[in-house]
Amino acid sequence: MKKIKFLLVGILFGIVMTKSEAISWYRIYEMFTFQSFHMYGIIGSAVGLGIILIQIIQRTGTKSITGNDIQFAPKSKTYPRYIIGGTIFGLGWALTGACPGPMFVLVGNGFLAMLIVIFSSIIGTFLYGLLRDKLPH
Amino acid sequence: MLELIKEPWPWYFSGPVISIIMILLIYFGKTFGVSSNLRTFCAIGGAGKFSDFFKFNWKAQTWNLIFVLGSVIGGFISTEFLNNGEPMLLSAGVMEDFKAMGIANPGASILPDELFGMEAIFSIKGLSMLIIGGLLIGFGTRYAGGCTSGHAISGLSNLQFPSLVAVIGFFIGGLIMTYLIFPFIL
Repeated sequence: MKKIKFLLVGILFGIVMTKSEAISWYRIYEMFTFQSFHMYGIIGSAVGLGIILIQIIQRTGTKSITGNDIQFAPKSKTYPRYIIGGTIFGLGWALTGACPGPMFVLVGNGFLAMLIVIFSSIIGTFLYGLLRDKLPH
Repeated sequence: MLELIKEPWPWYFSGPVISIIMILLIYFGKTFGVSSNLRTFCAIGGAGKFSDFFKFNWKAQTWNLIFVLGSVIGGFISTEFLNNGEPMLLSAGVMEDFKAMGIANPGASILPDELFGMEAIFSIKGLSMLIIGGLLIGFGTRYAGGCTSGHAISGLSNLQFPSLVAVIGFFIGGLIMTYLIFPFIL
């Protein structure tokens, strides 16, 4: 029962992604052609408020629900992986109009085509796992 | 009130809701990042036999799978109960592009039927788009160590420079697809 909170937050995520239309291939195309402010507004305001809230957590030393310190693990500082991996992901994001969150939300919206995207993205992750020792990071 | 919820949500409401989702997960002692689940699915499927990358205690990631399950339910609730059935309002600048791609009624539903409908799934071109797109997403997100939620939202909110580099990568890839590849395939 402790885990039901993750289900509820996930439901809220599915609703906000659908109602904001951030799961729409059309909106992603508009974003990458700079024809609409909508997606920039969503990401920008999410990050803007996110920065403020994380600063508040860090400066007040807010504890997590279990009473532990909240840790923010820094990302590793090796850059090839971010730019190369990021570019590969960007190609797929623009092509399908979906990133990993929206793929699942779209299945809930009844788009069964996304099950194919989900399945092949699992295969893609598997291929990365096989090749990672040979890739520059 | 319900009528208002059924309207498309403006960015200045949706963005802050996403921040709150991120903060709730942080408060629960977790992090907001959806692509990690793809690695978990690999581990559950036995990929640990092929690469140590998939040898980890995936049971500690159950909460994230539950989050994803919730997001599917949230998508269902939105389309069944919070939908006013109105077409999307797309910007005028892209309508011509969509028509030129052969999309008959752009914005009639949230995805174009011509690319994601049943007929597309059973066409070589449509199916290849979905499969190749998925491969790029799965490979790229794990290589970059995160996707839109992990890097663009969580990483940038935590002022992580590597995440900014990853987001720049997302855009390089997205712009290449949109401007250099779409003209040939759509």
